[in-house]
Amino acid sequence: MRAEPARSGPPAPGRFVRPSALSFALWVGAAALLLWSLQTAELSLSRLVNGLPQMARLLGEMMPPATSRLENIAETLLDTFRMALVGTLFGVLLSLPLAVAAARGLSPARPVYYLARALITFFRTVPDLVWAIFFVVTVGLGPFAGVLTLTVDTMGYCGRFFAEAMEEVDTGPQEALRTAGSGRAGVIIGAVIPSALPSMIASSLFALEQATRSSVILGLVGAGGIGIELKASMDMFEYDQAATIIIAIFILVAGVERVSSALRARLI
Amino acid sequence: MAHLAHQPVGGAVDAPPTVIPLASPTPVLAVDALCKRFGPDLEVLSAVTLSVSRGESVAVIGANGSGKSTLLRCCVRLIEPSAGRVRILDTDVTAARRRVLRRVRQRVGFVFQRHNLVPRLSVLSNVIHGAMGRTGALAWHQGAASPAMRGEAMHCLERVGLAELARRRADQLSGGQSQRVAIARALMQRPEVVLADEPVASLDPSAGAEVMDLFARLMRDEAVTVVFTTHNLEHARQHAGRVVALRGGRVSFDLETARVPFDALGDLYAR
Repeated sequence: MRAEPARSGPPAPGRFVRPSALSFALWVGAAALLLWSLQTAELSLSRLVNGLPQMARLLGEMMPPATSRLENIAETLLDTFRMALVGTLFGVLLSLPLAVAAARGLSPARPVYYLARALITFFRTVPDLVWAIFFVVTVGLGPFAGVLTLTVDTMGYCGRFFAEAMEEVDTGPQEALRTAGSGRAGVIIGAVIPSALPSMIASSLFALEQATRSSVILGLVGAGGIGIELKASMDMFEYDQAATIIIAIFILVAGVERVSSALRARLI
Repeated sequence: MAHLAHQPVGGAVDAPPTVIPLASPTPVLAVDALCKRFGPDLEVLSAVTLSVSRGESVAVIGANGSGKSTLLRCCVRLIEPSAGRVRILDTDVTAARRRVLRRVRQRVGFVFQRHNLVPRLSVLSNVIHGAMGRTGALAWHQGAASPAMRGEAMHCLERVGLAELARRRADQLSGGQSQRVAIARALMQRPEVVLADEPVASLDPSAGAEVMDLFARLMRDEAVTVVFTTHNLEHARQHAGRVVALRGGRVSFDLETARVPFDALGDLYAR
């Protein structure tokens, strides 16, 4: 057995770094903000406990789920998915030029870069329900308003992640194409997009999952999809119908997530 | 640019530069007092002057940081020079606007140390990229290329011995194969000048020798002017007609290969 090595080296640094006064103040501020937020949420264990019988009653009325309108629900569910698919497809296609404009090193000019970034941030930060209300007012009730909402929502998501993917790819192939006399379009189509494709496919599939989830609730404001059916069932106290719709939504969203994961694993 | 400062071929190591006329023979690459500074303190190239005639094969040697890669990159403005001028094929590259620069670049093949292939595309698509300067963005993929272009690309691949790998993805190639594909891409440009930045530095000695032999043979067959940088003095001895040594961003010597004291270059690599 080897002898223990000598322990006469310099002392090890402390396990934790002492925070600066500013850092300490920021931590205290963050804790205060959290406490204040908890207060605003009106958390109440007694109200939750008192509400349990009501919850049990509601769940009881949901069981067993109604099967009388299965065909109609399935059809509406399929419409919802088709709306999500079309909205995502348009969003992904429109995100491509937007992402190029918003990618450092690819954007044609600095003002265009800032404008594209601002647009993406705007699309992303405005909630989809607000977009849905806006488009329902603009083009009327129905799935078209939903498709427009999902398109804008996808542009906010994919625009950002496509741009980041394009910025992060190896610049070597771009350099090679530029040196061969290729113009900006050739470099983007020939080198940037093929290199960023795995990440872009992953983002598009996530966008489809997100659009499928969103498309469910867009119906609540009249923008098409199964949400309107769910709202009608709840408003008319047909909780067993509502349960069927909720299960159908779960199957759709879970199914899309599974297929999306499988596709990502296969394509990337 | 009537004259370029140029060390006489056959001159002594570190001999003072002598000015010789460039009129005859007309150089295809003429570098005149080229400087490149990164920030106020770091001067990577300092008044480098160099002239390469049609059909010449020139090796640029020097220690790491001596400015070899920067010199080649400044020649095609992958890096913007700070001062001085570069003329390639009768065009003042340093003053060229974007469109003219693209036209010059089409005629200059550039082989990189790290091949720079698009990894997810096929070998054939990568070779066809060499024609993008002529054909525009349509040549981005072999599926979009014309039959004539696909045929030319296959011919280029055949010349580097990789025709059977045309459909393979570039990220499934070995280092040596990747560099051969990069050479095929350069051939696809139908270049008059080829600049190669340490083309075999990332390869093992055997693959490096193989690629260098292929590179030299193809360029000789095509009568293309070649300037390559290398750390491998044996490659310089075997494949170059002339050797230009850089030290600290300056031309240390510019000699016919036969006159280079390869056994006494310790100073060149001294820190």
